Amino acid sequence: MITLKVNGKDYNVDVDPSTPILWVLRDALELTGTKFGCGMAQCGACTVHLNGDAVRSCITPVARAAGQEIKTIESLSEDAIGKRLQKAWIEEDVPQCGYCQSGQLMAAAVLLKAKPNPTDNDIDLGMSGNICRCGTYQRVRKAIHRAADMK
Amino acid sequence: MQKNNNYRLGLKHVIYIVMTLGFITVVAQPFNDRKDIGNVSDNSIKPNAEISSIVSSDNNDANKKREQESADAFKEAYKVFMHPRCMNCHPSGDAPLQGDDSHIHAQNVTRGKDGKGVYAMKCSNCHQKENTSGLNMPPGDPDWHLPPAIMKMVFQGKTPAQLAAQFKDQKQTGKTLQQMLKHVEEDHLVINSGWNPGDGRTKPPLSHAEFAAKFKEWIEKGAVIPK
Repeated sequence: MITLKVNGKDYNVDVDPSTPILWVLRDALELTGTKFGCGMAQCGACTVHLNGDAVRSCITPVARAAGQEIKTIESLSEDAIGKRLQKAWIEEDVPQCGYCQSGQLMAAAVLLKAKPNPTDNDIDLGMSGNICRCGTYQRVRKAIHRAADMK
Repeated sequence: MQKNNNYRLGLKHVIYIVMTLGFITVVAQPFNDRKDIGNVSDNSIKPNAEISSIVSSDNNDANKKREQESADAFKEAYKVFMHPRCMNCHPSGDAPLQGDDSHIHAQNVTRGKDGKGVYAMKCSNCHQKENTSGLNMPPGDPDWHLPPAIMKMVFQGKTPAQLAAQFKDQKQTGKTLQQMLKHVEEDHLVINSGWNPGDGRTKPPLSHAEFAAKFKEWIEKGAVIPK
């Protein structure tokens, strides 16, 4: 039995410690906002926050999160940065198919927390691990700038 | 080689005879770092006038041999330093490299100030404490990182002479040679990334023990910069 704190709530889950966090979130806790993309930390679709870091949940064993704090897209709007990002994403109409967007937003939240006024270069450095096959990169960039300017 | 051994044997006899007659003085070894020499008798005895020319030429030979051995040991260790498993995290730019062709790491990962990545692109966001199982999955270590921005420790593109000179320059390494030896011998990141690299990655041409021994030999025989 592993104890997890997800989006502020405590859960006890009975899973193998090597199970990726992604499958615990999706299958055991039914938090399906986090997506499975490549399964090998190449695309960023599964990005969640583990103690504030943008871990790739598809390959991060749940044992690493025992007793630690996980935040997923479902709780993004609970803090100020997340709220601004959500608003900016809607205003810029960022998503096309939407599949990568929860990962994009979770990565953007980590970026804005570390760098409240990111340059284009900061955005390149922070967001290049999140791939979008619809090619929404330009709108992602504009939305991050917009969220930064909302303060 | 045989001739040389005979010569040394003869010389030893001369020295032993001289010692019994009480004509010579034993002094400290001329260099502190010479403790590893197997055949120390020639170096630890100050020659008297009669045999000084023979002994000093023997000393020169021994020194030259030792220098050559140091340089040769570095050249062996260099094969490991320049192997992708080691060099890929000692790149000339700010992005680590990947694969046996040392291409720039996917996602254009960058080192950041502390060598542990930036923003949503921290090394440990993907690299776990242990290798993730499966072909070409991210390799792991509890402290996966590049050298920090202030001490980049570049291997990529360096000749043996340039790399050896860099290792001896504490301004570029932040470490003494002994501390660097410790990194090579004991750092779990060196051992894990090099010799437990995960499925789909080749290992360096020497074992970790052989590599560490060559690096140690290079240092102990004078850290000679190879030509």
